[in-house]
Amino acid sequence: MIDFPEIIRIPLRDWIDEIMSWLLNNLETFFDAVGWSILQVMLGFEFVFTHIPWFIFIPLAFLGGWRMLKSLSSGITFALMLFLIGTFGYWEMAMQTLSLVSASVLFSLLIGIPTGILMAQNNRAESIIKPVLDGMQTMPSFVYLIPALMFFGLGRVPSVIATIIYAAPPVIRLTNVGIRTVNPEAVEAAKAFGAKRKQVLWDVQMPLAKPSIMVGVNQTTMMALAMVVIGSMIGAKGLGMEVLLSINRIEVGRGFEAGISIVFLAIIIDRLTFSLSERTSQNNQSHE
Amino acid sequence: MDQGNPLVEETASAVSSLSEEVVRVEGLWKVYGRESKRITSDKYSQMSKDDIRKKTGNIVGLKDVSFSISKGEFFIIMGLSGSGKSTLIRNLIRLIRPTTGRITINGVNITKLSENDLLEFRKKTFGMVFQNYGLLPHLTVLDNAAYGLKVRGLPKGKQYAKAMRFLETVGLSGWEDYYPNELSGGMQQRVGLARALANDPEILLMDEPFSGLDPLIRRQMQDEFIEIQDKLNKTIIFVTHDLSEALKLGDRIAILHDGEIAQIGTPEEIVTVPADSYVQEFVQDASPAKVVTAGSIMVEPEVLLYSWEGPRTALSILKNARRSGAFVVDKKGILLGVTNINRLERIIENPVESQTKRIDASAITKIPSVSEDTILEDLFGIVSANPYPIPVIGENRRLVGVVRTDDIFETISPNRGDQND
Ligand SMILES: Nc1ncnc2c1ncn2[C@@H]1O[C@H](COP(=O)(O)OP(=O)(O)OP(=O)(O)O)[C@@H](O)[C@H]1O
Ligand SMILES: [Mg+2]
Repeated sequence: MIDFPEIIRIPLRDWIDEIMSWLLNNLETFFDAVGWSILQVMLGFEFVFTHIPWFIFIPLAFLGGWRMLKSLSSGITFALMLFLIGTFGYWEMAMQTLSLVSASVLFSLLIGIPTGILMAQNNRAESIIKPVLDGMQTMPSFVYLIPALMFFGLGRVPSVIATIIYAAPPVIRLTNVGIRTVNPEAVEAAKAFGAKRKQVLWDVQMPLAKPSIMVGVNQTTMMALAMVVIGSMIGAKGLGMEVLLSINRIEVGRGFEAGISIVFLAIIIDRLTFSLSERTSQNNQSHE
Repeated sequence: MDQGNPLVEETASAVSSLSEEVVRVEGLWKVYGRESKRITSDKYSQMSKDDIRKKTGNIVGLKDVSFSISKGEFFIIMGLSGSGKSTLIRNLIRLIRPTTGRITINGVNITKLSENDLLEFRKKTFGMVFQNYGLLPHLTVLDNAAYGLKVRGLPKGKQYAKAMRFLETVGLSGWEDYYPNELSGGMQQRVGLARALANDPEILLMDEPFSGLDPLIRRQMQDEFIEIQDKLNKTIIFVTHDLSEALKLGDRIAILHDGEIAQIGTPEEIVTVPADSYVQEFVQDASPAKVVTAGSIMVEPEVLLYSWEGPRTALSILKNARRSGAFVVDKKGILLGVTNINRLERIIENPVESQTKRIDASAITKIPSVSEDTILEDLFGIVSANPYPIPVIGENRRLVGVVRTDDIFETISPNRGDQND
């Protein structure tokens, strides 16, 4: 009586397995194509990042910090952090991680911004997509690894896929909210002059939503970086893999070096993308 | 439109040049809510907005509104907050879709327009000015002013040339490269106005354009706007909740109450004969002195002297009428001034001057006169300075009537109506 009766059983796992195998059998070429294009982009980034010598990359980071954040000390800090990563012997891994993050962010934005626009312009789309986003964000990120792994095998591609699923929601949400909270009078004004939907979107809504969208880009980037360790579980090389290995081998020192390298990258990327969002909002204060 | 017979069109426009109808609204309802269509049925037409909301959860924005506006008219929509002013003006350009009813603009029923036709129609017919300016903060003043032209697809050069001209009209030359947030509220609204005018719209819609401004700036903007309007002569539909603004600017005023029109009339009619207690309350602070015109309370002069009749006739007319003086006009009815018994007697006694048959100019005193649309407030100075009724002159300085001091004070005394106690 205490145990749940074994006879009542919904074979959800069988159904899902069946769906998966159906998808795998019938959409194989599709997944192959997707995987291939992701891989090309990924390789492109990797090529760029691993071919920039460290003695050029570090001054670039310095310039970026100095120019974009308008503070010399930020530039120096960035350069120092990258230098430290080099001294840990993680330069190449850091570049691999950066390529992974860059590719994932690129795809997240390519998918996320149009989705956000669609949500903002269509109430029904919003009511369907919103719960999906909630689900995506509350689900443990490991879960994404399973379908990614099944469709794309081991390696960089599934890792990027899982990262996209995990990191896209913020930019989708903030694009939607940004467009919806644009000063309604500015939108009405454009409409009153006979502007088409597209013109309203590009002349008014997108420029005015830009600060909000840039915050979304910042958050998406940070979440992509946070996914690095998890992504390495299915074979993405880079700092994440290093952390994972040192956890397995209980090598605290090594884990710390890899971990702090990720933190350094995170700080640099965060500050730079944040400064982008700040800059867009300067000339853009909407009127109350 | 009948393009066939040019004669017909010509006579039609000649006849209707005074009241060519541009906007006609018939039985317009706007209900916000799920069952909006149902609310417009007869069952609800007697219920108040509040009752409908409590019973059905639908909010009535406009309730069976009908009116029409003529070309060149300055039409004011007034009412308390929530009375439906913005809803009404947005329906006219279909930023909001009416629930039922017809809106005809230049003979076209816009409630039936397709999306594309609607965009075209907005481009060529309307300019709109918003309460909070509705400017695009990421564009310069010049780009903002040119936005309507950009939407129309004009080449960049033409856009800017035109926009510059209208920035000049509103007094903003030199500011074209600034951003809106670098300008004061008054200046931002000038940009909004320039943007609307640059499209050379037939109808200008203005939703509380000056409410966001300080009283002083507001008055200045009103005055400047009157000047601009004198030059452009557009049809203007102007929303305000400020009575003095309405009285100052409007040719006619529609007062909205809970989405219904409580009264439509000239400023004078609204102030002097309020249709109900709501309007009465609205206008109770308004002084009739600011709206009633000399023309509306003038009367025929009881005695009028004609200069060609000669001094003797004039003297006997005055004596018969037991009057000491009267206005004198010439053959064309042009007012020459006043004369009185003493002065007439003096020229009669003087043989040289009596030879002329006309009343001589030396017997006539020139006095200040006013025109028919002078408001009573402006008569006060004249009343106190001279003892005669005030002559009202029309075209070509012809005397058309006189305003008696008693009538002025009777009109502006507060207990002229019956609702006041
Ligand atoms: N989108 C909407 N949804 C529901 N109700 C609305 C909506 N817009 C307006 N209303 C209601 O319609 C009525 C008229 O509103 P409207 O904005 O036209 O008033 P208004 O006269 O312009 O007021 P104000 O002077 O405050 O601008 C109000 O009761 C308002 O609550
Ligand atoms: Mg309003």
